[in-house]
Amino acid sequence: MLVFTVLSVSVVLIVGIGLYYKSIPVLDHSSWWTLLTSSQWKPLKGLFGFFPFIMGTLWVTAIAIIIALPLCLLTSFYITEYAPNRVRKILVPFVNLLSGIPPVIFGVWGVLFIIPLIQNHIAPHFVEFSTGYSVLAGGIVLAVMIFPLIVSIVCEVLNTIPRELKDASLALGATKWETIRKVSLRKAKPGIIAATVLAISRAFGETIAVLMVCGNNSVVPHSVFDPGYPLPALIANNYGEMLSIPMYESALMFAALLLFIIILVFNIISRVILARLERKLAI
Amino acid sequence: MIRRKLEENFFRILMVLATIVVAGSFFLIVGTIVYKGVPFMNWDMVTKIPGGGFYIGKEGGVLNAIIGSLYVAGGATILGLFISIPVAIYINMYMGGKNLIANTLRIAFDVLFGIPSIVYGAFGFLIMVYFGIRASLLGGIVAVTLLVIPILVRTLDEVLRTVPRELRDASLALGATRWEMSKVILRQIRPGIFTAILLSFGRAIGDVASVLFTAGFSDNIPTSLHQPAATLPLAIFFQLGSPVEEVQGRAYASALILTIVVLLITVLSSLLAKRFSKNNIR
Repeated sequence: MLVFTVLSVSVVLIVGIGLYYKSIPVLDHSSWWTLLTSSQWKPLKGLFGFFPFIMGTLWVTAIAIIIALPLCLLTSFYITEYAPNRVRKILVPFVNLLSGIPPVIFGVWGVLFIIPLIQNHIAPHFVEFSTGYSVLAGGIVLAVMIFPLIVSIVCEVLNTIPRELKDASLALGATKWETIRKVSLRKAKPGIIAATVLAISRAFGETIAVLMVCGNNSVVPHSVFDPGYPLPALIANNYGEMLSIPMYESALMFAALLLFIIILVFNIISRVILARLERKLAI
Repeated sequence: MIRRKLEENFFRILMVLATIVVAGSFFLIVGTIVYKGVPFMNWDMVTKIPGGGFYIGKEGGVLNAIIGSLYVAGGATILGLFISIPVAIYINMYMGGKNLIANTLRIAFDVLFGIPSIVYGAFGFLIMVYFGIRASLLGGIVAVTLLVIPILVRTLDEVLRTVPRELRDASLALGATRWEMSKVILRQIRPGIFTAILLSFGRAIGDVASVLFTAGFSDNIPTSLHQPAATLPLAIFFQLGSPVEEVQGRAYASALILTIVVLLITVLSSLLAKRFSKNNIR
């Protein structure tokens, strides 16, 4: 049992080492700095600049968080503070069901619903022409995907805030909203930050749903209606052909390593915050 | 005073609207899939494997992908259980469950849970290249097992933590070893194990990125571990990319099948968790 435990935990290390080992060739070829900041993506000439892909990932993630965070905070406040018990009992299962839907279904939904929506109704107001396949579409789909994650964590955190604190504020004549803004929000801040960081890392790594709606064009996006090409999509799209081109495999493994490191760091930060919160409340 | 009241009402309405958007997105997704998928749904979809010219719109169904998905998700869940039950027991029963090491391990599994499936897929591919395995059912199962272990461990761990202290003490006081005690506990948490199985199965059956390079794709139902296997999400992905309208329609119908399966699993797991937990000692 000890062996199993050690083995399964050390998967983190093994994955990291394995990916690093495989990306050594491309790292020998060009430095970390060039790999991260160059926009030249010409695998045939051995030029691997990840900048457009990193920007694609950042755009999509930023849009997703900007859409999801306010909505989710308001929803969590409604569920924990306002909703009658009856309504809450109906709402919570639906949030759980949403979290169970597989990524590919979100992708299909994005193609069927979000893309036409952007193409025909949103984009014409702002730009001359857009196919709909854009970082905005990716952002919206991702936002819906991270709804359940943020809502469930924030609700949990809000539920741990002592009743007395809120009662004290209400007794002083504050309205419910003032209590939320000045007491609950302040108390729940670390939890909300942790949930956001976790959501960001989830959005970073999401592959298939984003790949289906983002347009996959390896240029740096300049507006929300431009297509983007996030890192995970790059890995997924090029796996088949990559073995025939030298360095390509190594470069893709580097992309996976990059993704792995960023998400590892983000996850550790948020989990440590959450674990601390839990421990503080247990005592 | 009026301003405060207005503010209160404004934000209350905003909250209700936000909740409607969040909860409504679920109906929107399922609604879209049902609306688009139903017209293309027929018995051939679930009872036949792709026939000749399937990908240009001729006869056939996606039985190969359905069976393939069941194999991969089932295999990964079983393999994952063999690893994660001992791990969860070790953390809670042998380590005591409430010290620094146990908590660090929990965080480690949470972090593993957060690693995206594409990284597991790429890593699984590395392992396969290293051992010289081609894209096959086996490769897919291994990659997905890596993906579901953190889910299984954390779910089982949560369940084990709710086991009353007295139950452990009682069996230990009767002279049981820690392993014998664990067997008693395992019986107690049987519904929890079931929930964990369904959760991991649901995640495994819906995931694409991990099987993309590892399981391969095939029009036939795999008969051995070394044959490539089609999976349902991958079938949806491929069919959706086709320019032929018929084939795209099949993607919608396949998406409908997958949605139904996953929703059934989710509902079933919550219902069963409720029903089984009635017979437990609290």
